[in-house]
Amino acid sequence: MRPAPFEYFAPRAVEEALDLLARHGTEAKPLAGGQSLVPMMNMRLARPGVVVDLNRVAALAAVRVEAGSLRLGALVRQRALERDGRVGAAAPLLAEAAPLIGHLQTRARGTVGGSLVHADPAAELPACMLALDAVFRLRSAREARTCRAADFFRGLLATALRPDELLVEIEVPAPTTARVGHGFAEVARRHGDFALVGACAVLGLDAAGICRHARLVLFGAGDVPHLARAAAALVGERPVPARLTEAGRAAAAEIDPRADLHATADYRRHVAAGLGAQALSRAAVRAEAAR
Amino acid sequence: MTAHAIRLTVNGTERGARVMPRLLLADLLREEFGLTGTHLGCEHGACGACTVIVDGEPVRSCLLFAVQADGCRVETVEGLAGPGPDAGLHPLQECFRARHALQCGFCTPGMLMTLAAYLREHPSPTEADVREALSGNLCRCTGYQNIVVAALDAAAALRAAGVAR
Repeated sequence: MRPAPFEYFAPRAVEEALDLLARHGTEAKPLAGGQSLVPMMNMRLARPGVVVDLNRVAALAAVRVEAGSLRLGALVRQRALERDGRVGAAAPLLAEAAPLIGHLQTRARGTVGGSLVHADPAAELPACMLALDAVFRLRSAREARTCRAADFFRGLLATALRPDELLVEIEVPAPTTARVGHGFAEVARRHGDFALVGACAVLGLDAAGICRHARLVLFGAGDVPHLARAAAALVGERPVPARLTEAGRAAAAEIDPRADLHATADYRRHVAAGLGAQALSRAAVRAEAAR
Repeated sequence: MTAHAIRLTVNGTERGARVMPRLLLADLLREEFGLTGTHLGCEHGACGACTVIVDGEPVRSCLLFAVQADGCRVETVEGLAGPGPDAGLHPLQECFRARHALQCGFCTPGMLMTLAAYLREHPSPTEADVREALSGNLCRCTGYQNIVVAALDAAAALRAAGVAR
């Protein structure tokens, strides 16, 4: 299997990349880590006439921390989430999820932005960004805008990104409470496989141990990662185990999972309830331990 | 379609080529440079047989266009044993041989290159670490047991030699 022929450009600057996308319209496809796009090109499920390779745009590969908020260039490799201590300190959820994204070789090339714009419903990063309430910075040759993770994922492999736009940076905001914890849990058939179902959570507590911030995301169960409404009910309460179990169950009742070769819809819903509770309880334990 | 002139270092030797954009790095290595030790199994990034090391990172050479490797340092299985016919096998290769960590051998180059890169960064892995590191490399013969044992032996041998080759 080999890709169909295409013209290749390797811009060095974001503006140059945006000009190429504007000039070539829907013919053009940006290439980031290539761990999803190139398999699709090899199988000829994707046949872009023009490939705009972003890998030489150094400005897209920066990791910065500003006033507690983490800014990841879209081209930051998934491996960097594991290795870069700044990521672990500012957004430990990302560092914990990273080793579960694909395999060593795919993480070495695969990028944070690439995973987000590919928007596979079973992928870890879109779910984590939704749980972290991340803000995506999008640019085209015409305009720059921001989009919250909650508004970005629109459907199966579909996002708010327009054909001439690039996701250039992801901002993970600083926690709003002093004591914050995260939790991540997923079930996959093998290490590195896409999750059959997964859950991630972020909880923030006040000094008295009362929950002031609660986000739980279930993924792998529908077309887009699902921000559970049930988690909001935890705000104002103490995150005791029975409440977290109940929240997990209520969150799972909100989703309408797919059935496929790997799992039935009932199985996914059942497991989602347990994983949701697990992610919340890990988040609660960490938040309680935080000072 | 426009061909691109590229220069890259392969196993320490600088090489040049004119490539069409759609040429995969695996095909450049095999067809243009005659380095057929890099094997192509699935050709869509699932099996790991084509793993080579690019600028220190293990990558799937079926998912990287040759043009993208312009200016890069590429290591393939042919470079593992060191230069010249008298150079001994790399400790990983020795341990794979000693532990019978291969049967048909098709997946072996990818296993070796993944482990070579991994052990440089993680010289003292546990068995679980090795299994996780190899999760992207499929073997249909061995059941993995002897591959994991060989990898642990090789890690110990490399530590004892005090060199991360």
